[in-house]
Amino acid sequence: MSEPPPILSLRDVSKSFGAVRALQNVRLDLWPGEVHGLVGENGAGKSTLVKILAGAHQADTGTLTVDGKELRLTGPGDAQAAGIAVIYQEPTLFPDLSVAENIFMSRQPLRSLRRIDARAMRAATAELFARLGIQLDPDRPARGLSIADQQLVEIAKALAFDARILIMDEPTAALSGVEVERLFSVVASLREAGAAVLFISHRFDEIFALCRRVTVMRDGRWVSTGPASELTVEELVRRMVGREVSSLYPKTATAPGEARLEARLEVRGLTRHGAFTGVSFTLHAGEIVALAGLVGAGRSEVARAVFGVDRYDEGEVLAGGKPLPKGDTAAAIAAGLALVPEDRRQQGLVMELSVERNATLTRRWSLSRLGLLLGGGERAAAREWSERLRVKTARLTDPVSTLSGGNQQKVVLAKWLSTQPRVLIVDEPTRGIDVGTKAEVHRLLSELAGQGVAVLMISSELPEVLGMADRVLVMHEGRLAAEIPRARADEESVMLAATGQRGVV
Amino acid sequence: MAERATRAPGRGERATRLRAVAGSWDAVLLVALVLVVGVGALAIEGVASPRFWRFVTLEVIPIALIALPMTLVIVTGEIDLSVASVLGLTCTVMGQLWLWGVTSLPVLVAVALLLGALLGAVNGLFVTAFGLPSLAVTIGTLALYRGLAYVVLGDRAVADYPPEWTMGAIAPIPGLTIPWMIIVVAVLAVVFGLVLHATPIGRGLYAMGNNAEAARFTGIDVARTKFWLFVATGAMSALAGVFWTLRYASARADNGNGLELAVVAAVLLGGVSIFGGRGRLAGVLAAVVLLGILRNALQLAYVPANTLTIITGSLLIVSVVGPNVAAMLRERWRRRRPVTPLPQE
Repeated sequence: MSEPPPILSLRDVSKSFGAVRALQNVRLDLWPGEVHGLVGENGAGKSTLVKILAGAHQADTGTLTVDGKELRLTGPGDAQAAGIAVIYQEPTLFPDLSVAENIFMSRQPLRSLRRIDARAMRAATAELFARLGIQLDPDRPARGLSIADQQLVEIAKALAFDARILIMDEPTAALSGVEVERLFSVVASLREAGAAVLFISHRFDEIFALCRRVTVMRDGRWVSTGPASELTVEELVRRMVGREVSSLYPKTATAPGEARLEARLEVRGLTRHGAFTGVSFTLHAGEIVALAGLVGAGRSEVARAVFGVDRYDEGEVLAGGKPLPKGDTAAAIAAGLALVPEDRRQQGLVMELSVERNATLTRRWSLSRLGLLLGGGERAAAREWSERLRVKTARLTDPVSTLSGGNQQKVVLAKWLSTQPRVLIVDEPTRGIDVGTKAEVHRLLSELAGQGVAVLMISSELPEVLGMADRVLVMHEGRLAAEIPRARADEESVMLAATGQRGVV
Repeated sequence: MAERATRAPGRGERATRLRAVAGSWDAVLLVALVLVVGVGALAIEGVASPRFWRFVTLEVIPIALIALPMTLVIVTGEIDLSVASVLGLTCTVMGQLWLWGVTSLPVLVAVALLLGALLGAVNGLFVTAFGLPSLAVTIGTLALYRGLAYVVLGDRAVADYPPEWTMGAIAPIPGLTIPWMIIVVAVLAVVFGLVLHATPIGRGLYAMGNNAEAARFTGIDVARTKFWLFVATGAMSALAGVFWTLRYASARADNGNGLELAVVAAVLLGGVSIFGGRGRLAGVLAAVVLLGILRNALQLAYVPANTLTIITGSLLIVSVVGPNVAAMLRERWRRRRPVTPLPQE
């Protein structure tokens, strides 16, 4: 095929955050008039790639060529000047400005005396909408627009500054079927007009319906690029996950039937509108159950609802056979639940407070004598638990923000393990921590299960899920899509369920 | 700064430095206190006399009473600007009851405290149940409660309370010139100090002041705690109103007008962060005393009231801006030195 040169070309792009290598020697070519699919697991490096193209991150090495010219994007403005526009999953428009004002933000057409030419702006917006086949009033405020409409406004905004490269980061994740179709027709018209579109999605049917070529990434590396017509769903999944299950994970299977009699946590028909629907499962003493799924499938939301941080609309949660009141975290803790949350810095710890305060915050009542926390009770408890978990800190009075990520996570674990929970929910327990600490955390979870604690582990890392879990629950778009016993759980079965490919399991 | 630079940077140094800064803030307050007393005693006639101290104590009591709960409120990252209006409204309601023939002091005090708690509960409800910023809510109730005070008494003043009530309220501790009410303040200060620094509730206050979300994930009921803090602030403001009424034997709608400025200035000058999560009650008490002495000493020196307000306002700005400027300077200082990279996650 005699193709024109690619409009955008990435060569050997690498990017590290500290010791974490987010991207290694990634390559990508986009041609005008093509929709190019990009797939990969959570953490495969797609978002980092998007951020580099958007100018939000700078690559450590490698080259970016647009229209045959090598560029260095040092900010979003540079990306815009190069004709690159990013449409995010959840656009951020200014809610109180009109649609037209949003589209021409900071590039308003001017009249004399630097006054904004509202009429020209409105006309240009109407013209853009007509070109894209969008039915929207340019004068209405952005507030109240559906996410789908907001995305269309973002696309119009991209066209308004003549973007020829559109990057769509999971644009369909929050859209309904009709809205997806409308978006597709807009994307098709962009393609006809000669734009290059990089389309990121976890939904394979969309990839196959829309994209001419597909690039697969895994663990920050480029795996393959090829025509979509030569791929099947199974082949795509194999490329996304294809790696050895690490032997790091020390979990031994719980003997079935042995400790399983005691139900520690029962979740029945739990529903929060817009987040998850009809989620039911039971956790037994001594087992580790993994809750797998893609980011945004509603796993953390379920955990938060169970723990009482968020409310829910329907269903019930029983701990040790007794129903837990809605939205009452203190009651959940009293009933023996513990949650190690997903976001360590925002939810797990009070970063400005000391290691000691953080580690004993959950036990502040049980450590008090006559309601007072005098004497060294907190200090002793904090010392005991940081020694048990081998927290590396110079002083217990140091702010917890001075510790490394792994040690911070240990403080979060100490904080919860010291309450001697009967049910432990851990949300991404090893995200962003070093390999050594990771193994310690895994060993700890195994030990706890061995002592009879019921563990629910939310994880986006398939090897972790497969290595640790006795059972794997898989969520897809707010629902439990599958329950896979350890014996039958492998990367493909979990990934297929997580991407909504029923019946393949 | 110089000796700090010679030390090898390492783990835990930040904490030491923070402690040093916190320690030095208390030191600054102490030095300022000594300086004000010393210079005042030498330069202004009367500052050295027992009468001056008696007067300062009487002036400081209502401010201290309100500063106690205000410290806790600001530690959680909220603020209550309606305190002086609560004080004023309490005074006028007590006055109206007196006019209606309620002559029992215990009844008047009980009604006043209940009313204060109720007014505080209204603040708390708006802040917690409706999730509104306390700054906006209490600016609103600052005007609302003061307005209600004028509705109750208008321009009238109720000034015919029994003189023995006033004598009782300002009576000195036997053998001293200091009023006995200071003992009540001291006892309450110990109670609030213990709550803030040595109870599970206090631990929760610092946690939510720094990071309300993490506090919620730890089972701390942020909304309920804040609600009760506003109730406590209302009740303490009412107590200050009772003292005000008795001391001046006068209930007027403009009682305590502008007192919130003095209270907030003292709390912030005392080292409590306006952003919440930081500060100690001891520092606040030191600042209350410092500001009280400063104000009264300057009054003795015939400095006009407007100038005093300017000084209070300036100190407030300094105490809010000071820590930020200090942090900025520290940051710049830190950047100029070669930094050993922290171990990455």
